[in-house]
Amino acid sequence: MKFSVMVNEGPYTHQAADTAYHFIDAALRAGHEVFRVFFYHDGVNNGTRMTTPPQDDRNIVNRWSALAVEYDLDLVLCVAAAQRRGILDADEAKRNGKDGDNIAPGFRISGLGQLIEAGIQSDRVVVFGG
Amino acid sequence: MSETKKFMYVNRHAPYGTVYALEGLEVVLIGAAFEQDVSMAFIGDGVFQLKQGQDTADSDMKNFSPAYRALGDYEVNCLYVERESLEERGLNEDDLMPLTWEDEDDDWAEKKSIHIVSRAQLSDLLEEQDVILNF
Repeated sequence: MKFSVMVNEGPYTHQAADTAYHFIDAALRAGHEVFRVFFYHDGVNNGTRMTTPPQDDRNIVNRWSALAVEYDLDLVLCVAAAQRRGILDADEAKRNGKDGDNIAPGFRISGLGQLIEAGIQSDRVVVFGG
Repeated sequence: MSETKKFMYVNRHAPYGTVYALEGLEVVLIGAAFEQDVSMAFIGDGVFQLKQGQDTADSDMKNFSPAYRALGDYEVNCLYVERESLEERGLNEDDLMPLTWEDEDDDWAEKKSIHIVSRAQLSDLLEEQDVILNF
């Protein structure tokens, strides 16, 4: 089955990002396809490489990046939600006159149309958090 | 993308207090460009999103309620509001914004966008959907 996943909460405060990660990991290992993971609301905070959790805890951001490499996953941060919350790639930083970017490897920033397209292209959209 | 799917946006949060309602509405307005079969549902505190006379001046929150009036122009004209959720909050249809749309297949007749449905009817509507996004 072809899934897309929407992640609506940030890391650590809500477990939604963890549950989404484990769902996607399990789906991929079972041979399913994941067309796209779309991060919205505070979910965009899953995509900042500045995250520095304690060493004895899971690193949610690095875990996403590793999964993206392993499975060529499309991890998309909503641009409007990301701008509100200070998540930037190099292009967005330049466009908005900011002095740095913070997007984590494996993520990209794009528009809400990517979420709608994921709904059209996928057999199921599974929403975590919100 | 020629395929048309049934999208339902389910709104469960009050308009202020959290950003879910505002950012949810942004998805609906962007999604309208994709020419899918779109509807919205309002349940729980989500029914407050459609309340008339919202005034956010004292809280310094952005009053985005006028944006709901634009939904008809975006051909988002099926807004299902759960009757039980209204009643539980002491509201009825007259407390909601009189949202309308113009039906080009019916000589641009102005029609109501809001449909009050029972919890059981809404359950059936959810069952019909291809994609459900909840905010």
